[in-house]
Amino acid sequence: MAKSIDVSDVNIYYGDFLAVQGVNMTVRAGAVTAFIGPSGCGKSTFLRSLNRMHEVIPGARVEGKIVVDGQDLYEPGVDPVAVRRQVGMVFQRPNPFPTMSIYDNVLAGLKLNAGKLKKNAADEVVEKSLRGANLWNEVKDRLNKPGMGLSGGQQQRLCIARAIAVEPQILLMDEPCSALDPISTSAIEDLIHELKNDYTIVIVTHNMQQAARVSDDTGFFNLKATGEPGHLVEFNPTKKMFANPDDPATEAYISGRFG
Amino acid sequence: MTAPTTEAEDAPAASWASVRGGAGDRIFSGAALLAGLSILAALAGVFIFLAIKGVTGFTKPAEVYGPHAESFVGYVVPLLVGTFTASIIALIIAVPLAFGIALVISHYAPRWIAAPVAYVIDLLAAVPSVVYGLWGAFYLAKKLVPMHQWLHDHLGPIPVIGHLFGEPSPAGRTLLTAGIVLAIMILPIITAITREVFSRTPRLHEEAALALGATRWEMVRMTVFPYARSGMVSAVMLGLGRALGETMAVTMVLSVGFDLSWNVLATSSPTSIAANIALKYKERSADLLNVLVATGLVLFLLTFLVNFLARWIVGRSERRMAR
Repeated sequence: MAKSIDVSDVNIYYGDFLAVQGVNMTVRAGAVTAFIGPSGCGKSTFLRSLNRMHEVIPGARVEGKIVVDGQDLYEPGVDPVAVRRQVGMVFQRPNPFPTMSIYDNVLAGLKLNAGKLKKNAADEVVEKSLRGANLWNEVKDRLNKPGMGLSGGQQQRLCIARAIAVEPQILLMDEPCSALDPISTSAIEDLIHELKNDYTIVIVTHNMQQAARVSDDTGFFNLKATGEPGHLVEFNPTKKMFANPDDPATEAYISGRFG
Repeated sequence: MTAPTTEAEDAPAASWASVRGGAGDRIFSGAALLAGLSILAALAGVFIFLAIKGVTGFTKPAEVYGPHAESFVGYVVPLLVGTFTASIIALIIAVPLAFGIALVISHYAPRWIAAPVAYVIDLLAAVPSVVYGLWGAFYLAKKLVPMHQWLHDHLGPIPVIGHLFGEPSPAGRTLLTAGIVLAIMILPIITAITREVFSRTPRLHEEAALALGATRWEMVRMTVFPYARSGMVSAVMLGLGRALGETMAVTMVLSVGFDLSWNVLATSSPTSIAANIALKYKERSADLLNVLVATGLVLFLLTFLVNFLARWIVGRSERRMAR
């Protein structure tokens, strides 16, 4: 069910402001692709354009082609709601639904798609998704407690369980560990390794070690200059990127020397 | 820690003690406490006044309550029915409309439409209630006569709820009309409050729902309503409070009768407690004044009860989730 993403000539706007310019890349199926780059370079913006979440902001729009499974996501007539059911997303800060129990949080997306589920089918999905997110053993005795009662790392894994419960083709993660402690971060990174067997994963991270640890491919975004749009500087296998990057700017960023 | 709480034996060295804000904080917290207590004091004052002045109103000789009633219960029950029927009609009409308008303003309409609509709705609150009364009595009532007839024809034959839609009034100055006028009057306050709480829904929760493939309406149901529930109840309670206490509009619109009737289309209906006080105040005898205050006391207590009940219902589901 993992699918590749072909991105060609994508420009992303906030109103009249061009935020990201001319991105071309191919995200491989069943691999982990990481985006790195300084704050404000448009990597999160680009990530959000992959499941049409970018346009939720008033005035925001995307030009160019993003093709998943032979279908351009931005073709007229494509419903963004349908896109988001295929391309799941995990956010920077854990955001379980505060009024729902752990159980209902996992099923939230599925209920939208399938309506009422039979009790035992629902139980099965909840267990499978929570096991998939490495959370089952910690919460199996309190599934009916609110999701907000969990620790930050557990909440984030709950959000991952919620995203994979609808069995998307692609999973986007926007700095999923930046609000977590190192132990929770390590748990999520282990999880990413397991998840890539079933999903194409795209992750934005500020942590270079994390990109090096979890990803197969890495894209480096940067601003050409202050006030200029962000762009994709280099896109290569992670091993090459961190050992022998093509672009001197990439090397400067990775080794901690900017500009 | 803002200030040492007690005069400790060894006070902290000067540099560790609170340097600034100590006095300011105390003044502010004192002022806030005073404001809070003054509300309680005002409520208690109202209650004590009503109780002292009204207590004798419960047990007057039969002729004081006449000519249409013989006891306090017989006097107040039709008024209570009138009060609550008109208010409930107002809520049934205004609440869905207000929630809908608030949702459009906060989540659906583009900003260039939302801002003027919000402004116009707020303006409705600035219209004096006498104006609503005049409009309701001399314009709206006549226009609603065909609707009364239609309701009677179509809903009248249905068992049980048919009682509400009995023989319609030819003038249209009915409880239903009064309820509709009240609905327009309470619309702005309910809209303004719900709009505010809807728009405070954390972006994070909304995006969580959208990213799962929720449509906008599904997103609203999953995140906006649960988040705003307590505020929505507050808004309805404030609207209900205004409807229960509204005097002028009901006084002017309704043609007053004294018989207890469930027919909201009737030619004459029992008026509301507040309107009744306004109507009778001028022809008062000392005895009747006590009775009027007693009816005010009943309304006061019932409003309290309704409010607590609503809070308790909301609080119960929230406490369940907080465990």
